[in-house]
Amino acid sequence: MGSATIRAVDGVSLEIHAGDFVALLGASGSGKSSLLNLLAGLDSPTSGSVVVNGNYLGGLSRNELAAYRRHTVGMVFQSFNLIPSMTVIENVELPLRFAEVDRAKRGALAASALEKVGLSARLEHRPIELSGGEQQRVALARALINGPNILLADEPTGNLDSRTGTEVMDLVRQLNEAMQMTVVLVTHEHDLAEKYADRLISMADGKVIADQWNPSRAAAGAQS
Amino acid sequence: MKLYDSIELAGRNLRESVLRNSLTTLGISVGVASLVAMLSLGIGLQQLASRRLQRSGLFDSIVVTSRRDLRNFNRDQEESGPAPEQSPDLNETARLKIASLPGVVEAYPDLRFITELRFDDKPHLSMVAGMPMSNKDSDSFEGMQGRFFSAGDAHEVILQKGFAAELLGKSTRNPDEIKVGDVAQPLLGKQLVMRYAERQSNGEDAESFSVISHELPLTIVGVTDLDPDSMRGSARARLFIPQNLIEGMHPMQAYDMRESNSATSRDALYATVIARISGAGKVDTVEQAIKKLGFNTFSILDATKSMRRFFAILDLFLGIFGSLALTVASIGIVNTLVMAILERRREIGIMKAVGASDSDVKGLFFAEAGAMGLLGGIAGTVLGWIIGRAINFGTNIYMRRQGFPPEDIWSVPVWLVAGAIGFAFLVSLVSGLYPASRAAKLDPVQALRYE
Repeated sequence: MGSATIRAVDGVSLEIHAGDFVALLGASGSGKSSLLNLLAGLDSPTSGSVVVNGNYLGGLSRNELAAYRRHTVGMVFQSFNLIPSMTVIENVELPLRFAEVDRAKRGALAASALEKVGLSARLEHRPIELSGGEQQRVALARALINGPNILLADEPTGNLDSRTGTEVMDLVRQLNEAMQMTVVLVTHEHDLAEKYADRLISMADGKVIADQWNPSRAAAGAQS
Repeated sequence: MKLYDSIELAGRNLRESVLRNSLTTLGISVGVASLVAMLSLGIGLQQLASRRLQRSGLFDSIVVTSRRDLRNFNRDQEESGPAPEQSPDLNETARLKIASLPGVVEAYPDLRFITELRFDDKPHLSMVAGMPMSNKDSDSFEGMQGRFFSAGDAHEVILQKGFAAELLGKSTRNPDEIKVGDVAQPLLGKQLVMRYAERQSNGEDAESFSVISHELPLTIVGVTDLDPDSMRGSARARLFIPQNLIEGMHPMQAYDMRESNSATSRDALYATVIARISGAGKVDTVEQAIKKLGFNTFSILDATKSMRRFFAILDLFLGIFGSLALTVASIGIVNTLVMAILERRREIGIMKAVGASDSDVKGLFFAEAGAMGLLGGIAGTVLGWIIGRAINFGTNIYMRRQGFPPEDIWSVPVWLVAGAIGFAFLVSLVSGLYPASRAAKLDPVQALRYE
């Protein structure tokens, strides 16, 4: 803020293919989160354009952007961002309310999404009663409930210990592979990116400084 | 988002900070209560006044006099219409004509005469007047002891309390000191002999009539504190006998001498005919129709018009005062919701991130404002009603101490209940306008950035 304009994302040009698992790497303040917000349609660029599935996000109305966030992308955050007053299943159901899905179908959809992330036993718990890893899995279930093509994850393991972080990331990788879901992972942990992402994009001061295919994943892919 | 979901989420949010929202709702209910209390007082007073006036018989009656009669209520009327000499007689034919006008319930001659009455073998002189059975429901007899006439031609009499005191030989100098109950007890059921002069036609001879003296025993059935100087048609009479009885007696009337020509004809002549109208609203039309027949008329209709105007203004002012409290309460809603936005900043950001549109967020805040308004409106109406009952109760205790009969000065009609709740709902939605649009415009990136 203030009077000076900060270019959080500056002259970035990149193309992400459907089904890719991309990691945006960089120190805090490098602009990786801002880039993610642009992809999510939460923010709009002052110049340039974001094109997803052939749609210019800049040309969409506020309502169309909301629909885009509802159906095309799913988001998970470092701090989980679950609504504390709602139970686990209610949190997962929330996007279905905005999508105007029939009341009768919501419970089953939410329950099956939670089953996929292995939380069938905790439906009626409040987020605060869950561990960090469990909360992030709830957030993941919520992100996926409307069947998006793209998962945007902003430091999803930042608040988790390494074991639960790995659990969550394994789940994300699984979704990427099983459902051909595009994943954009924002992280500052190089090891994590190298372990899961196919493509590593490094950012600094709002600019892309490196963009390469992940050599270790390529090797892993060759092995399997 | 569907309306039901908005309402459900709003309900959840309201329960989350139950104390603050209850206080806001309480504020609205106090505002609505003051509005309801003020307006129902205004409506109640208006109903009380019009009820009183209706029962008094003043506002649904037209006093009809002949233009030939010099005793006019309003001299101005003689300026228009036919000259007094050419005007029709106010006789039985005219009475029937008036009675058959649309809107007229009954038309009866105002019959009265001064005569001698014997009680306990002592003579008393007083004015006797006829009283139609329809006066039974008039509030002139509110404070009456005993009962009304049993039939239209019963040989019964109702006494004015001053005359009753005179019969008992009590002082009548200060009428206010005479208690109806005190004078009624020794008199009810007793006999009173009325002497009167009957006017009788002398066969074919139309030029003259005879006066025959009669004595008629009457049973005292009631004593009333009716003020003999009131504006009623039967004013200044101190004894009342049934209208049909007095009509059948053909009593000698004061004007019989003057109008001796017409008086001897079979068609009885009247000084005054009183027309009772089915509703105060029709008085004007009927009055015009009677004037067209060539008679003078008198009614107190204009007084009701200005009364209605007075109450319209009173209601307006009471409504404005009542609304002030509601305005304060609506600012409370704005405050509560703006606080809720600050508090739920993050939550709104999350909702937007998972796909809530601006209108979803707006709808949510509207639903919260509306729910508070609706609940406040219902609670306020109940509260206002309770306040009203309490004030009514207190007023009646005071009135009873002052010696007045209890009255309903409070009225809460259904439209007021529905209107108050609807108004509270509307006001709360308007109050929600600003917070809702503010919440909808919240930048999700900003909202999600801060922990």
